Amino acid sequence: MALHFELVTPAKLVRSEDVHMVVVPGGEGEFGVLEGHAPVMSTIRDGALTVYKTENGTPEEIQIRGGFAEVGDNGLTVLAEHVES
Amino acid sequence: MASLKELKGRINSVKSTQKITKAKQMVAAAKLRKAQAAAEAARPYASRLTDVMASLAGKVSGDDAPKLLAGTGSDQRHLLVVVNTDKGLCGGLNSNIVKEARTRARELEAAGKDVTFYLVGKKGRAPIKRDFADKIGESYDTSDVRDPGYNEADDIAKALIAMYEDGKFDIAHLIYPQFKSALAQDPTTQQIVPVPTPENAADSEACVEYEPDEEEILEALLPRYVKTQLFTALLEIAASEQGASMTAMDNATRNAGELIDKLTIQYNRSRQAAITTELIEIIAGAEAL
Repeated sequence: MALHFELVTPAKLVRSEDVHMVVVPGGEGEFGVLEGHAPVMSTIRDGALTVYKTENGTPEEIQIRGGFAEVGDNGLTVLAEHVES
Repeated sequence: MASLKELKGRINSVKSTQKITKAKQMVAAAKLRKAQAAAEAARPYASRLTDVMASLAGKVSGDDAPKLLAGTGSDQRHLLVVVNTDKGLCGGLNSNIVKEARTRARELEAAGKDVTFYLVGKKGRAPIKRDFADKIGESYDTSDVRDPGYNEADDIAKALIAMYEDGKFDIAHLIYPQFKSALAQDPTTQQIVPVPTPENAADSEACVEYEPDEEEILEALLPRYVKTQLFTALLEIAASEQGASMTAMDNATRNAGELIDKLTIQYNRSRQAAITTELIEIIAGAEAL
């Protein structure tokens, strides 16, 4: 039970790992992505991407700005313009 | 025959030139590694974006497609976006890019199209101005930033899209060198506006949900795609500049070394000749007594 999560910015591939769940700040509201999520393509608004590595673990927040999120067969790909680390 | 003093001066001058070229070569080698890493790190984003574009462009077509994808319906006015370096000392890189741009412009003009230039980087301005003085529209200066990056690409893309929306041109091509290795940088031309529809647009997974909807996503995606292309071009030119510079400076250093050797031999010979002449004079003088 793992979701493959990739966070990419123009400068580099920030993350590429297997996680439990990611909450994405979508253009029309936040949505959580678990493994086996139906294919979705969404714009994202500026905000925090919340990554749950394990089911009960503490979430990790990554601030992102501008971009897209795509859920496909190979997991979740977030294309962001800026990532604040 | 040059005098000893002159020769010595020339040797010293070539030596100091060699020091400069050697320093520049080492700087370029160090910067090349960084620029190459940056260019490689940017590839995942560009390829993912192209994938997303491919799956979307197939779905939105026909009359409701945005202008950036569908074009203006005419192909009369072409804009050539030429990306050059800001600094010299990089061998034939800039002249190769300018040559490519010139060939394109001539081709388009031969086909009866109007051509204008949008120049990025300092070094392309003079040679293009020589041939197409009245065709240069605007230029973008990257010389005051250390490493042109995403912000600069953003500015250029915004300027281009604004020009496109004002109807200043119909088709834009981007001309930049593709970094192959330190020895080879191929100038390439690529259409960026209207955004070319990817060939593998045929899509199997039909049940993708879109939020808000296809058109709106595409509208946000297209400018970003143009921006990414420009960003790639800026990174490629940075890597190419350092690569070309390294090769050119390596050659220059070697050349200077050869020149120094040659001049040293000449210097030694003339010194020897001068000594021999002096000796003969002394001996002849002693014999005459």
